This record gives sequence, C-alpha cells and structure tokens, in this order.
Amino acid sequence: MATKILAVLEQRDGFLKRSAFETVSSAKKLASELNLEAEAVVVGNEISNINEIGKFGISKVVHLKNADLANYSSTGYRDAIANYANEVDADYIMLANTSLGRDLAPRLAVKLGSGCLMDCVKLDTSSGDLIATRPVYAGKALVDVKFNSAKKVITIRPNVFKAQPTENSSVEVNLIEVSSPNLQSRVVDFKKSEGKLDVAEADIIVSGGRGLKGPENFNLIEELADSLGAAVGASRAVVDAGWRPHGEQVGQTGKTVSPSLYVACGISGAIQHLAGMSSSKYIVAINKDKDAPIFNIADYGIAGDVFEILPALTEEIKKVKQG
Amino acid sequence: MKIAVCVSHVPDTATKVKIGENGITIDPNGVTYVINPYDEIAIEEALKTKENLGDESEVIIMTVGSDKSKETIRKALAMGADRGVLLKDDNQRDSFGIAKALAEEIKAQDCELVFCGKQSVDYDNSITGQLIGEIIDYSCATVVVDLKIDGKKIIAEREIEGGREIVETELPAVITAQKGLNEPRYASLKGIMAAKKKTIDEKPASGSENLTEVLKMHMPPPKQAGRILGTDSSAVPELVKLLREEAKVL
Repeated sequence: MATKILAVLEQRDGFLKRSAFETVSSAKKLASELNLEAEAVVVGNEISNINEIGKFGISKVVHLKNADLANYSSTGYRDAIANYANEVDADYIMLANTSLGRDLAPRLAVKLGSGCLMDCVKLDTSSGDLIATRPVYAGKALVDVKFNSAKKVITIRPNVFKAQPTENSSVEVNLIEVSSPNLQSRVVDFKKSEGKLDVAEADIIVSGGRGLKGPENFNLIEELADSLGAAVGASRAVVDAGWRPHGEQVGQTGKTVSPSLYVACGISGAIQHLAGMSSSKYIVAINKDKDAPIFNIADYGIAGDVFEILPALTEEIKKVKQG
Repeated sequence: MKIAVCVSHVPDTATKVKIGENGITIDPNGVTYVINPYDEIAIEEALKTKENLGDESEVIIMTVGSDKSKETIRKALAMGADRGVLLKDDNQRDSFGIAKALAEEIKAQDCELVFCGKQSVDYDNSITGQLIGEIIDYSCATVVVDLKIDGKKIIAEREIEGGREIVETELPAVITAQKGLNEPRYASLKGIMAAKKKTIDEKPASGSENLTEVLKMHMPPPKQAGRILGTDSSAVPELVKLLREEAKVL
C-alpha cells in the first residue's frame, strides 16, 4: 500500500473553509509528485459542503464525527486525528496555516513523533525529497527546510496555494463516529469581532497609518474598504496609539498577509510593516511624501493627500463596480 | 505556585536582515537583540498572576541559547521576575529541540503554569508553547488575549479569524500570549538594580533532537518600485483602470 498523506480540513459552523480546498489541492499535488495516496480528514458534527472536496482532486474523505466536536477542541481534534493517522499509518499530514492549523499542527506532530514545518509557501519535490520554503522574520527572509523525521506535519500559508478544480467531482465520505472525545480543552463560546472581514483571510486589504491624523478619519479607510469588499488593516503606529484594535495590525508584530491587493494609505512603510505585507500580489500606496519607503515596493502610487484622494477613489470604485 | 516564562532573545523588529556567511542564519553583526515582544506580554501576565495570587508564588524565566541570551533574562528579571535559568546551547535548534529542553526543565522545577509568547519574531513558527504542553502533557491555550484563572480552572480568550474563541481548560497549563492580553510594564531603576542580584542558573540544555533542518536562507525576490501615477485625485481614474485591466484585481 502506498504511503498516505492526510489533508486535515478546517470547518467552522459545519462549513468547510476556503483554505480547506487549498489544502486538498496541495495535498493532491504533493501526493502525485511523491507517489502517495491522498485522503482528506475533517473533524466536526454535520458538515454541509463536504461533497465539494471531490472537485479539488481528492476522492476519499474521512469524517470524524461527534456532536461535541462541532466546535474546536485542541485535545479532542488532536486525539481523533492522531488516532486515525496512526491507524492508517499516514506519513504526511497537511493543514492550512490558520488559527486552528497553527494551534493543532504541533500537537499532532508530538503525538506522531514528527517534525513540524509551519506556514510553508513552496513545496519542492524535485530532489525526490520534500524541501519546504517558509518565510522567517515576517518575510524579510525565507528558509529552505527539510525534515529529519520519518513522519511530517506541514502547514501551508492561505492564499498562496490555489484550490485547483479538477474534472473528477465524486467523493466517497467515510463516516467514523468518535466515541467519548477528549474535551480537556474546548471552545465553549465565540465572540465575533466588530470588523466585517479579518485581514488574515481577506483577498483585498485597505490599511491606514499615521497619515490619517486621527482615529476619527478612519471612516475614509472603512468606506474605501466597503466599496472594494476589503478588510481594514492598520500600521503598528496607529494601533500603538490606540486608534485601531490590534487585530487589524499588519506587520512583524501583527499579521503577515498576502492578499491580491493591498492599499496602503498614509503609511510611510516602516521596515516591520513592509515585512508583513510585501508579499501581497499588488500594492497601491497613497502617501503625500513621495520619498516614503512604501513607494519602493508599491506597484502603483499616488504621492498626494489621502484626505483628497481617498473619497475620490471610493467614488471611482463604486462607479466602476456599478457599471 | 511556580510559574515559568519561556523567553527568546531575538533581533529587534527594526532589523534589516542580511544573510550570514554560513548561509543558513542571519548575519548578527550590528543587530540589536531584544526580548521577543510577545514574551514581554508573557512576562507581564506571569507577574500579574503572581500578584493576584498574593502568595509565595515564584516567576522563573527560562531560555535556551548562548551566553548572549543572559541579557534577555536579565531584562525579564528587571521587570520583576524572581530568577532565571539559561539552558545553554550554542548551536541552532529547531522548535522541537528548544521545546524539549524547556519542557524538561519545567517538569524538573515543577512549574504548574507556563507562559510563552505566541510566536518569536525571528523564526515565526508559533509552535513552541504547544510543543511544550504536549511533551509534558499540560493543557495549552494559544494566542491568548484575555485570561482568567480560578483555582484549577482556566478561561482563556484566544484570537482567531473574525473574533475570539473562549477556551475552557485546566491547570497545569501553557498559555501563549498575544498582543492585547496586557500592557507590559517597564523595568524601574529599582528593578534594574535588583535584577543584578537575582540568580541565573546555567546548565547545558538537554537533548538536541532536531526534527527539521534549515538548508539555506535566502532573500525574497526584490520588489520593483512601481509607477507614481500622480500627486492628486486626478490620478484616480488611471489607478482604477490599471487595477482592473493590468492587475486584474477588481
């Protein structure tokens, strides 16, 4: 029997997240390169879109089911997945590097006696072995890393590996009831944050910095974000000043992001901010200082006053979206 | 209760990274090292926990590293921690090698509560706390922005995408600290003086079982500076056109 790779998929409220399909496609790709058998695993209660997994190339999914595992439990999920991985003798485990993935991956690694490589942005098998590339120093540098352990746990950065639809769309769901899950640690409640979208998951981010001059002017950022369907981000300076919540901070002591479009408004581009966002696909900078470092990495810039440009940009986007 | 805080000696976030001659780490020349920013939050939470308990609790700072890491332990002692332990190893370890040495020391010292930063700002793995918890079979709550300890019971709020999860668990436990949990105190002059007299035990770090190995460090492809389209809102239509037609992101 071929060695197995398990794609561990994340569901929230009974719904597989976008990152789950990215994990499916990446696991499938790695499996074909290393001649492994790919299988998906998901822990939860009812999962409404489980059949969509087939669209992304894996035809077998194991649903580890228990009503008490509807919400995340680090101990319950760990034990259910580790037991299954041991049972089928899986050599590779892949997860998305989300809050859940970061929490769970190292726990699985200890249970399986494996090393753990987090937040990988490239998986290279051209040497016959897996060499993963991952950012360090918030993306100021990258390292190529290999495993010294027989078993391997990997998390992949969301938004980097694309979910690739394939022609085969059938999936066989194998339901396994988890008996008496280990609920030593468990999520008992969830408080939704005020912001509509989280920077860590957004495809477009509009960020504001000191150039906004005060928290009261962030409505300009929010309005532009609304018009684009984007999340609101912030520089460390404005978070430290208490203008914005720390959950919005982008940079080395905030979140590292790689959206399709990052719009930096009134942000000069301190090195620790650039580290957190420079891997964005397209960067727009709006800043009145034409010598600001942010322009060195921006694809498009307007070296002018945010108070004049932002309302005009919001209007133009609305116009274009309607047209 | 004995409370351990695991800290890391890391380059300041303002550091411009240059690759070292060995090709696998950064060039440390001219780099300012600091306490990992998330570890400062962990230290603060440990000190607050001790103050709230109001008993004979002890806050012990632990780190794995070379002699240079003593500087970081000393800073933590100046904030008010009681004593330090340096688990010495001049060689590079992966997270597992670090966690294993810390876990053994935590067990040997019989610490019931452990604080770590949620990640170190050098290698960004964000797994050391969970590894420690798993190795010695402690509960572990990560990325914590609010913490309540009531007897053995722990209620932690952890930051996740789009909100906060409320996690219930029990001591003994590892908590990894996220920005927002508290505002770390500054070391007072008195604290700095007192820290000079506090003990730092030094011993070789146990084991050195690296399960992963860095082969090469390299720089990201340089981003080319783009176009400045103008200096006022008259450039907006062109910007939107480029985003639609060239970048295709709208």
